[in-house]
Amino acid sequence: MEQMVDDSLEDAFQHRIDAEVKIEPRDWMPERYRASLVRQIAQHAHSEIIGMQPEGNWITRAPSLRRKAILLAKVQDEAGHGLYLYSAAETLGVDREALVDMLQTGRQKYSSIFNYPTLSWADVGSIGWLVDGAAITNQLALTHTSYGPYARAMVKICREESFHQRQGFELLWHLSHGTEAQHEMAQESVNRWWWPSLMMFGPPDHSSPNSEQSMRWGIKRVSNDELRRRFVDMTVPQARALGVLLPDPELRWNESTGHHDFGPINWDEFHRVVGGDGPCNAERLTRRRRAHEEGEWVREAARSWATRHVPARIEAA
Amino acid sequence: MTQSSGLPLWEIFVRSRRGMSHIHVGSLHAADWEMAVQNARDLYTRRGEGVSIWAVAATEIHASDPDDKGPLFDPPADKVYRHPTFYEVPEDLKL
Repeated sequence: MEQMVDDSLEDAFQHRIDAEVKIEPRDWMPERYRASLVRQIAQHAHSEIIGMQPEGNWITRAPSLRRKAILLAKVQDEAGHGLYLYSAAETLGVDREALVDMLQTGRQKYSSIFNYPTLSWADVGSIGWLVDGAAITNQLALTHTSYGPYARAMVKICREESFHQRQGFELLWHLSHGTEAQHEMAQESVNRWWWPSLMMFGPPDHSSPNSEQSMRWGIKRVSNDELRRRFVDMTVPQARALGVLLPDPELRWNESTGHHDFGPINWDEFHRVVGGDGPCNAERLTRRRRAHEEGEWVREAARSWATRHVPARIEAA
Repeated sequence: MTQSSGLPLWEIFVRSRRGMSHIHVGSLHAADWEMAVQNARDLYTRRGEGVSIWAVAATEIHASDPDDKGPLFDPPADKVYRHPTFYEVPEDLKL
């Protein structure tokens, strides 16, 4: 009997999705839809939070006050994006601290792009131009995701990310049009970030296990390969304008498809980094845990203040 | 490790400019309303998105039940005479 009720609820739910009607927090939803969303939104939030580290690494060494102010604002945005996303995840009934704990104990993942090191100042440019460019391609598609709070967070994030991508492009443009050494620094950085950026869209469609169900539920709107193709088509002319080469000898315009062809992606590397064996996996998590532990006295003080100053009817959540 | 931040959840509303109403933008955790407003400023108005912020304790919001959508919101469906388009007037008149 219960199964029958669930089936008819699930049919109604799927009809709603198919009719492009958004799902809102207190609506009935299949448990797997909820779990799937929590996993994806949390992973997205964690990526924003961990994503502060590679660029934060350069704040004290930014070459001018202008660049330092920009970088500070950008890293602050990443923190903000993480918080919008945690807030969206919480509407699904999960506890904020539980999510933070899942990140810090490695039970939930973050985008593996942030396990690569930022070795030169030009990497700040490559992250803005390529990594944020790839993120925007993905996030623009997600503004049409079926869950209302997630879609709304994406709209706000996309609006802010476009500054991130443009500042990265501008930074690289100045290096690329600077001295020979600066140009070389820009090129060397693009060489390292190009392939990992393509991996950000995830495994190819034929080997992406969760994709099909996610598409049916309208959580995911565009497939991994299609997003990757869009990113490549968008980036090639930008690279030309920048005066840097994309490190792929097979990259060329294909008249018959109307898109660029590109060489094979090293999926072994992708799986190795996702699996924990990237250049910075341990460093990123260790630093996150330490920051959390060192902030405990602040949370402790805030909790103590809350117990004394907030009316009891406003429960802690 | 603590399992809950233990801090109340606040829903944040921002007035984008004078003449507009406050609109819900998201939520955050804070120890009291003052910290909620300060955090909301940093979190939701980094680019001049607002001139005024409301922080409302999430537990103080009382919402209609989505399952009651039918009984609550359907009755106006058969009251088409509440819309100006229900009425026929001479086409050449401005009315």
